[in-house]
Amino acid sequence: MDARPDQVASNNRILRQSALESMTPAVSLRSVSRHFGQVRAVDAVNLDIAEGEFFALLGPSGSGKTTCLRLIAGFEQPTSGAVVIFGEDATRVPPYRRPVNTVFQDYALFPHLNILDNVAYGLMVRGEKKAARHQAAEEALSLVALGGFAGRKPSELSGGQRQRVALARALVLKPKVLLLDEPLGALDLKLREQMQSELKALQRRLGITFIFVTHDQGEALSMADRVAVFDRGHIQQIGAPQDVYDRPETPFVADFVGSSNVLPSNMVEQLAGQSVPASLRPEQIRLTDTDGKLIGNVIGSAFLGAANRIELDVGGVRLSVLLPKTAAVPDLGSLVNLTWDDGALHVMRGEHV
Amino acid sequence: MHSKASLGLKITATCGLLFLHLPILLIFVYAFTTEDKSYQWPPPGFTLEWFGVTWNRPDVWEALGLSLRVAAISTVIAMVLGTLCAAAVARFKFFGRETISLLVILPIALPGIITGISLRSAFNIADIPFSFWTIVLGHATFCIVVVYNNAVARFRRTSGSLVEASMDLGATYFQTLRFVIMPNIATALLAGGMLAFALSFDEVIVTTFTAGQQQTLPIWMLEELVRPRQRPVTNVVALLVVLVTFIPILAAYYLTRGTETVAGQGK
Amino acid sequence: MSETATVSSRISDSFWRRPTILLLLLVTPPLLWLGIVYLGSLFALLAQSFFSIDEFTGLVRYEFTLKTYAELFRASNFDILVRTIVMASAVTIASAIIAFPIAYYAARYAKGRWKAVFYLGIMLPLWSSYLVKVYSWKLILAKEGILNWLFETLHLSWILQAYLAIPVVGGNSLSVSWTGTFLVFVYVWLPFMILPVQAALERVPPSMLEASGDLGASSSQTLRHVILPLALPGIIAGSIFTFSLTMGDYIIPQIVGTSARMIGQAVYQFQGTAGNIPLAAAFAVVPIFVMGIYLTLAKRAGAFDAL
Repeated sequence: MDARPDQVASNNRILRQSALESMTPAVSLRSVSRHFGQVRAVDAVNLDIAEGEFFALLGPSGSGKTTCLRLIAGFEQPTSGAVVIFGEDATRVPPYRRPVNTVFQDYALFPHLNILDNVAYGLMVRGEKKAARHQAAEEALSLVALGGFAGRKPSELSGGQRQRVALARALVLKPKVLLLDEPLGALDLKLREQMQSELKALQRRLGITFIFVTHDQGEALSMADRVAVFDRGHIQQIGAPQDVYDRPETPFVADFVGSSNVLPSNMVEQLAGQSVPASLRPEQIRLTDTDGKLIGNVIGSAFLGAANRIELDVGGVRLSVLLPKTAAVPDLGSLVNLTWDDGALHVMRGEHV
Repeated sequence: MHSKASLGLKITATCGLLFLHLPILLIFVYAFTTEDKSYQWPPPGFTLEWFGVTWNRPDVWEALGLSLRVAAISTVIAMVLGTLCAAAVARFKFFGRETISLLVILPIALPGIITGISLRSAFNIADIPFSFWTIVLGHATFCIVVVYNNAVARFRRTSGSLVEASMDLGATYFQTLRFVIMPNIATALLAGGMLAFALSFDEVIVTTFTAGQQQTLPIWMLEELVRPRQRPVTNVVALLVVLVTFIPILAAYYLTRGTETVAGQGK
Repeated sequence: MSETATVSSRISDSFWRRPTILLLLLVTPPLLWLGIVYLGSLFALLAQSFFSIDEFTGLVRYEFTLKTYAELFRASNFDILVRTIVMASAVTIASAIIAFPIAYYAARYAKGRWKAVFYLGIMLPLWSSYLVKVYSWKLILAKEGILNWLFETLHLSWILQAYLAIPVVGGNSLSVSWTGTFLVFVYVWLPFMILPVQAALERVPPSMLEASGDLGASSSQTLRHVILPLALPGIIAGSIFTFSLTMGDYIIPQIVGTSARMIGQAVYQFQGTAGNIPLAAAFAVVPIFVMGIYLTLAKRAGAFDAL
């Protein structure tokens, strides 16, 4: 927590840029598909993840993000395409031979083993001596601040503690890539925020590639160096959080990441002369007395604590506007003029399927 | 809803439980009666004499020995086959999965006499003489389901991600089997095995069709029931059978306590 | 991670690449056993039922015929079928009535220690020796046994005599009457009814009963309109056992009851002393047929979830 986040992000971006140019990617998916019968869970996905990157697979449930993670881990095999890990084709390599470890959503701690043996499990199957593996496990446990818990059973631990054990169990094997499946999904809000920063710090300290799956866009944007947004088996957009948020490439991304307003192409044609959909962030719209760019009818409002959100009907299109707390909230049914700074309106390519 | 049961319900439930247990308790009394010609109640006196008499009966020992051997081997076969089947049904989705679970249940869903006479006609057709192994063949068949039920329940309760986690941490299928799957299903298998043992030890309907001249303990008892010759010895044997079957049942209960709701279901 | 590629890890690799291999390895042994030993035998039985017995030589004639099945409909044989099915139905209904309060109490009210007591209280009789249970009833129903003694001591023997005088259900004594057979059947199969009913009732969330009470239903209305319908799959599941087991039993009616036979006894005698295996097989097909229909109906009622 010593460096300013934006500074770290830009440093990371520079690192990443050079990494992409000079090194082989840590993980790359080459037109990978995974079909379950008629369902195309993952469909012709291409993805390169650089070494040392904190990468998020973001999307709603059923979008294919978890299947993607399972393909990298080796729990699923692609219907077609190749999974390449550090330049080596891992498509036909079973999970126990991949330099990749996973933190499971339900943690998957072995209930019959105590915490120490859970963490030492991977070293045990590798054939390490008891003393050596227990020492390594103790070190891994202290890395996640669970030093005194070695003798307990998983059932005696809280959700947050179990998650740290799962983390230690994966990290003790010194994987080149750590996969995290909804790592914070089962934790309560307070713990989740704490774990977010801990995970981020851990990743920075260890320099390992982290790939994590989440449906929470806030989590993805705050933690990841880069985000891939999934929808119905396809990647809609890959980019740094700021890019994805400010410059969504498709209406789906605009809507899913930060609930942006999506203006239909006919409206954009009137405003900007281009017949493509565009996104407009609710917080970038202002109410104005004089000539606005659009006129809307107020159909609803909600108090959000730090701000007010009003819902508008603009010629059949529904728009949200975020008003600062200091601004007056217009009455229901009144007409308001809307305006925004040039450049706030971000034109997109159409939805690709 | 009231959290307390009405008096009527309490009384009927208690009477129901008594109805289930009093007849078995009666066996305990009769084993000590001095009366040896009839089933007289109340017993005219009590004695330990018949335990000694039974102890010196070679036919009882022989029947007991055969029953124990049949039960042991049938249990082993049923444990292997039932576990394999449970693993396949619980861990895979495949065409015909429902049919397999039905096939496993069929030998106990259909009356035992069907299994018995079917096996007997098959032995006749295939010209297989009756032996120890023909008894085992029948017993193992209907014991599979008991192990299967226990194992399938445990497999379903054991999160599938445990296997994935093990392989993710570098364990092969065989290592995963040894270090993760076996420790997690062991008690369920043991419980299933105990119940299979009790089931086989007690079985009579199928056995009469597959045993030929051999006498298992239940067949010995059945003959005494149809044509009573030594009532006191039968009383003592009945008591012993109750005690011998209670041990594996209680063991199975303690092995699966708190993990499955109904471990022994589907006898 | 680059270990020596031992045989076991190479086999493991092929399991991962082709999970079907693993699946086949798992299902083949039990399928072979059940397919050959069990289904094979069932088909052998089925085949026998389409043969007939030569009336002069007494030997089985291995030609396809439906003659043996026709024999089932001869009055004396048909009586056996009807008698057995009536008995199986009566036993099933009685078991359901007795089982319900026990299962209901165990599922709803028994907590902690009492839950364990109830559980073992049902499991122990279920798993204890079938023959011993039958034997205990032979002791109870004997003329000199505890039941007659009880009636005499209470000076109520006249009630028993009056009951035994009723035709069909009565007889010389309880141990040679249909009532005796019925009692033993109910006793022996009762736990098979309690367990699935209890399992079904345990799945009813207490909030649902509260909701019913909240909506103004009296206890008896809640019982009739909420609890009973929810317990029904369990009752059907239990009835599969009680019905099937009663239908195929030949030991209980042989030891306690009249000389009139049930299906099981007919099968036993025809294949044994009478040596008429085709007719025995045809008799044995009846329970398979009845259970086939029963299972189909039960499946439609969703009873398999309660098994």
